[in-house]
Amino acid sequence: MEVRSLPISASQSAKLISAGYTSLSSLSSVLPSHLAQELGISENEAIGILKVASQRGGVEITNQTHPTIVNGAQTAWDMLHEEESCGHITTSCADLDDILGGGISCKEVTEIGGVPGIGKTQFGIQLAVNVQIPSKYGGLEGKAVYIDTEGSFMVERVSQIAEACVKDMQEYDSFLRKDLPADQVKLQPYDFLANIFYFRICSYTEQIAVINYLEKFISEHKDVKVVIVDSITFHFRQDFEDMALRTRLLGGMALKLMKLAKKFSLAVILLNQVTSKYSGGSFQLTLALGDSWSHACTNRIILYWNGNERYAYIDKSPSIRSASAPYAVTGRGIRNSASKCKRVKMM
Amino acid sequence: MANKLISQMGLPNSIANVFAARNILTAKDALSLTEFELMELLDVGLAEVTTAITHISEIVCPPHQTALLLLEQGRKNEYLGGHLPTRLNGLDSALCGGIPFGVVTELVGPAGIGKTQFCLKLSLLASLPLSYGGLDGHVVYIDTESKFSSRRMIEIGVNSFPELFQIEGMAQKMAGRILVLQPASLTEFSESLEKIKAFLLQHHVKLLVIDSMAALVSGECGQGHYRQHPLGWHIAFIKSLAEFSRIPVVVTNQVRCHSGDESFQYSFQVQSISENQEYPTTFDSHLVAALGISWAHAVSIRLVLESRSGQRFIKLAKSSVSPPVAFPFTITTSGITLLDDYGVEMSGPEINTICGQGQSGVINFDNDT
Repeated sequence: MEVRSLPISASQSAKLISAGYTSLSSLSSVLPSHLAQELGISENEAIGILKVASQRGGVEITNQTHPTIVNGAQTAWDMLHEEESCGHITTSCADLDDILGGGISCKEVTEIGGVPGIGKTQFGIQLAVNVQIPSKYGGLEGKAVYIDTEGSFMVERVSQIAEACVKDMQEYDSFLRKDLPADQVKLQPYDFLANIFYFRICSYTEQIAVINYLEKFISEHKDVKVVIVDSITFHFRQDFEDMALRTRLLGGMALKLMKLAKKFSLAVILLNQVTSKYSGGSFQLTLALGDSWSHACTNRIILYWNGNERYAYIDKSPSIRSASAPYAVTGRGIRNSASKCKRVKMM
Repeated sequence: MANKLISQMGLPNSIANVFAARNILTAKDALSLTEFELMELLDVGLAEVTTAITHISEIVCPPHQTALLLLEQGRKNEYLGGHLPTRLNGLDSALCGGIPFGVVTELVGPAGIGKTQFCLKLSLLASLPLSYGGLDGHVVYIDTESKFSSRRMIEIGVNSFPELFQIEGMAQKMAGRILVLQPASLTEFSESLEKIKAFLLQHHVKLLVIDSMAALVSGECGQGHYRQHPLGWHIAFIKSLAEFSRIPVVVTNQVRCHSGDESFQYSFQVQSISENQEYPTTFDSHLVAALGISWAHAVSIRLVLESRSGQRFIKLAKSSVSPPVAFPFTITTSGITLLDDYGVEMSGPEINTICGQGQSGVINFDNDT
């Protein structure tokens, strides 16, 4: 392992190299005072460098003694167990849950995109409510972080969906738990609203800042189980001259979100807009932010119109096959397509 | 908050000075660089950079609220629960009370369908006194097509609220509250937008109307592909105007012809569609909204005005609080009126299509009583 790869400042690593310390092993037996003298730096700085070097060096030593156990690695068998234990957030549409293998999975970043008015924000709100379903009803009993970059979050709609969700739970009680009459649903629609943390973002700088800050926020609010960004695209689509910078920033953001999803085993939902792309002689719809962004998410779901019905299509996923399922946006939220259960007209 | 100065964030002096020395002054400068770039540029270690970035992010990040708090605030602080009633009962109930405050509402439709008529009526409603269900405030009307007609507006007022407009001087007072701007170019429009930002808060403005957004763009840049670009800044700015002054913003959009409908497919759909030839692949008069898809994403509510075989419909094509519904309407001397308060629910592509056949004249004078 080379000195170049240490997380120290550029001038420090340059000094180390020019003094002949190119590999980590060469640093292993140097005294701080000696190093300080040789590099012409303060003793404190030298201690800092050696500390960093010894931490890095430590990993390598364990590598040699136990070749199979690399620090931080897991066996696939362990991962399987972990995957089985981590939960899913239901979408409230049984057909879609089926093809998703139970719902939106935790620990993963899922991108949902579609044309304006197809129901992206509806999905966002529905998931923010569904994540709070108590565990006795098969939910995660978590809280939600909703990052709104577009201003399309409507509280009235959240309370409609929350009310419908409470009603569903009551119905469930009356059908299946007749033996437990005392066990009433304790959650009220307002409790659902109180468990959604809402951030309103007005520029891309704030968007980066909020994602950096989330790690701290979530370690203070451990029961957050879903982070919804509605939409990831908006500020990055307006007024952005430097496309290379945009790609770098988006890439960094995606990595941080992925890390967050793994560390706190929560689901990250990114809503994306669509754009038209010229390919093969005709315009086609595709999700915005370009090709390099499409690598950033673990799962990608595209919402589209198929005749008179709304469909969700799994465009990309490492574990489930591509498939599509119809869904409907009703007064009560996202539900199975209307052809199966006719909904009551709202007015 | 993006332009907050790093020197005022309470970072340890040593690191704050390094940022200043490299001309990284605002949070925007710092957060636009990756950690590795910062390490190179500032010549400090990873640990310092991460701590500094975490600190800056925490300060720049806007405070969070729970949805419950938002709901309570909305109910407490805003008259009529934060909606401007359109007085079209069916539409109002579908929209939970009217045009909501704080978001952008778009009207799109072919020429002569009644977009301007609708805007005039809304302007009048916003300027009405509270006792008549108005917002009792000023209106800023940005008229880019020179279609604003004060006479028509007062006519609508006299016919819809005869008792109010009989009061001496009332017409003058109401009309005096409506400020019309007529920018001639996109640059002029941008300038007036900047100016009205301060004006909105100082002068108790309760409604901003932009009629129309598309005229400026189609006038200046003829080529279709550049159409999305010049509006990039405006989209974000208008949205933030609505948000911070908590007023409804109504924007109209024109239509243009579009040949074929290939742009409404994803690549994975194309195969199945080509097998399925029952879909009509081209329409003769296929209309689409003039401003492209990126604009369509930005509006929170889209109302499509169209006419099908002589009958006009107003369709709620995009809204996060209501299913898509269509209401038949007519325009009389008292302004836009719904013929039926029970909307017809729509499904599928019908929601977003814009028909423009068989209409005659903007205002229908025959139905007046």
